[in-house]
Amino acid sequence: MSGTWLTTRAWLLMLPLLAVMVGVIGWPLAETVRLSFTDAKLVGTGGDYVGVANYTKMLAGSAFQKTLWATMWFALASVAIEMVVGVLAALLLNQQFYGRTMLRALMILPWALPTVVNATLWRLIYNPEYGAMNAALTQMGLIDAYRSWLGEPDSAMWAIILADVWKNFPLVTLIALAALQAVPKDTIAASLVDGAGAFRRFRHVLLPHLAGPLMVALVLRTIEAFKVFDIIWIMTRGGPANTTRTLSILVYQEGFSFQRAGSGASLALIVTLIVSVLALAYGGLLRKSAGSMA
Amino acid sequence: MERQSLTAKVLLHLAALVLAAVILAPVVWLFVMSISPAADLSAKPLNWWPSAVDLSRYATLLSRVENSAGAAVTSSLANSLIVAGMATLGAIVVAVPAGWAVSRTPQVGWSLNAVIATYMLPPVALAVPLYMGLARLGMLNSVFSLALVYLTILAPFTTWLMKSGFDGIPKEIEAAAMIDGANLWQTLRIVTLPLALPIIATAVLFAFLLAWDEFFYALLFTSDLRAKTLTVAIADIAGGRVSDYGMIATAGVIAALPPVLLGLFMQRALISGLTSGGVKG
Repeated sequence: MSGTWLTTRAWLLMLPLLAVMVGVIGWPLAETVRLSFTDAKLVGTGGDYVGVANYTKMLAGSAFQKTLWATMWFALASVAIEMVVGVLAALLLNQQFYGRTMLRALMILPWALPTVVNATLWRLIYNPEYGAMNAALTQMGLIDAYRSWLGEPDSAMWAIILADVWKNFPLVTLIALAALQAVPKDTIAASLVDGAGAFRRFRHVLLPHLAGPLMVALVLRTIEAFKVFDIIWIMTRGGPANTTRTLSILVYQEGFSFQRAGSGASLALIVTLIVSVLALAYGGLLRKSAGSMA
Repeated sequence: MERQSLTAKVLLHLAALVLAAVILAPVVWLFVMSISPAADLSAKPLNWWPSAVDLSRYATLLSRVENSAGAAVTSSLANSLIVAGMATLGAIVVAVPAGWAVSRTPQVGWSLNAVIATYMLPPVALAVPLYMGLARLGMLNSVFSLALVYLTILAPFTTWLMKSGFDGIPKEIEAAAMIDGANLWQTLRIVTLPLALPIIATAVLFAFLLAWDEFFYALLFTSDLRAKTLTVAIADIAGGRVSDYGMIATAGVIAALPPVLLGLFMQRALISGLTSGGVKG
């Protein structure tokens, strides 16, 4: 069979996928670009060309800058904690102890719990009057008075981050654990014979095997965290005083709550650009770390 | 393995206990809230252990009495099943041929990279035109539209999973069947697809879980019992003026049960799917 026929056949087999991608991703994305240069409203006709006015208005607004910082705060803190806790849990689950199989199986639980259920559950836990968090901390004598964890600007973001970490650190654990199990037993045995301590063993024997998979997890989690909507919408809707408002929430408010399709679209594209730059930077890092291990 | 001292052993088991408690406590509490009498949940100090088992909320939420909270939950449960089922089917139908084509024809591999790159797109980048387009066609608030929109999330992911699955099936087996006179369709049907069944099952599982979990598009594109999914119904219940928090917890348990059971029973398939990208790097 000739090469051209093979390529043609491949394209034919990919046709359904490509048609779907053009229809539900390509077209809307192109349309978002077009709308971002107009003053279109979500409902009704019209929408005149306004140049880059939407972009300059959005980028100059204090709402955007404040929201960008909140998003970065959420993404950096939650992903960093997830990586550290995730790896520590994987190192633990790689040891031998009674009930290990069961505990490994349990790690799937937070991951399988729907995001909306997780957010709702933690909102109940943080409830200012009847929540379990207040009850537990009071009964342990750690706080004197019930607090409104999600209602106070100081604690709201951290409360959401904790809920996000609980749901997502097991994913890091499962990925890290799979990598740890792939480390050859002889390598570990040899390092023991050489008298390497626990920390040096982690740094020089285990970490090289973990680096690649962990980078992938880091990239995926960071992109997810930058796009975050569900957990915040359910827990605070971006409040109090917009302290937990992330970029996706801001786009929702602009495009749907205020029905300003044009400026909502421009904001959405700015978010897309930020996520893409982030992904490309990470992609470079990823290739570099893959190269150094090969 | 290293020989452990007694202290190390005790510390190890303590750490394992802490981890188990961290994972279990929130989930167990969700369940306890759903079966505790309302008075227990508003007691101060809080009643951690229910004074009686109260299953009435499950009866309420799973009833089909019209215009009740039960009708909202049961119809959204059905909608979630229908939307997730249709979206999964659609994703597999486009992903299997595309995944095989990319796996066997490296020349078209770049197109899969382009498809996977759409994963970076935040849903908000597509939401405004999708909303306006569906509104113009009169297709808002429909399970079909929602399933179609879900393909934006499911199709790239399942194609990538299928591609790495087919990569693990040697080309030589297909070539052997071809030499024996089988045409392409026969080869795929008799040789390749049966071997690919486990990876197809994994793709189905992931696609279904992703669709079941989806909230953003469902929130935007559905407005009543005809198409509202379970995630939106829960947000409604949690955001409304419910005086009994146990009711919110019960709705949460109902929504969590299918994916959690799937997760626990299909553990092996899930972990192989989760780590296939990660470990290969």
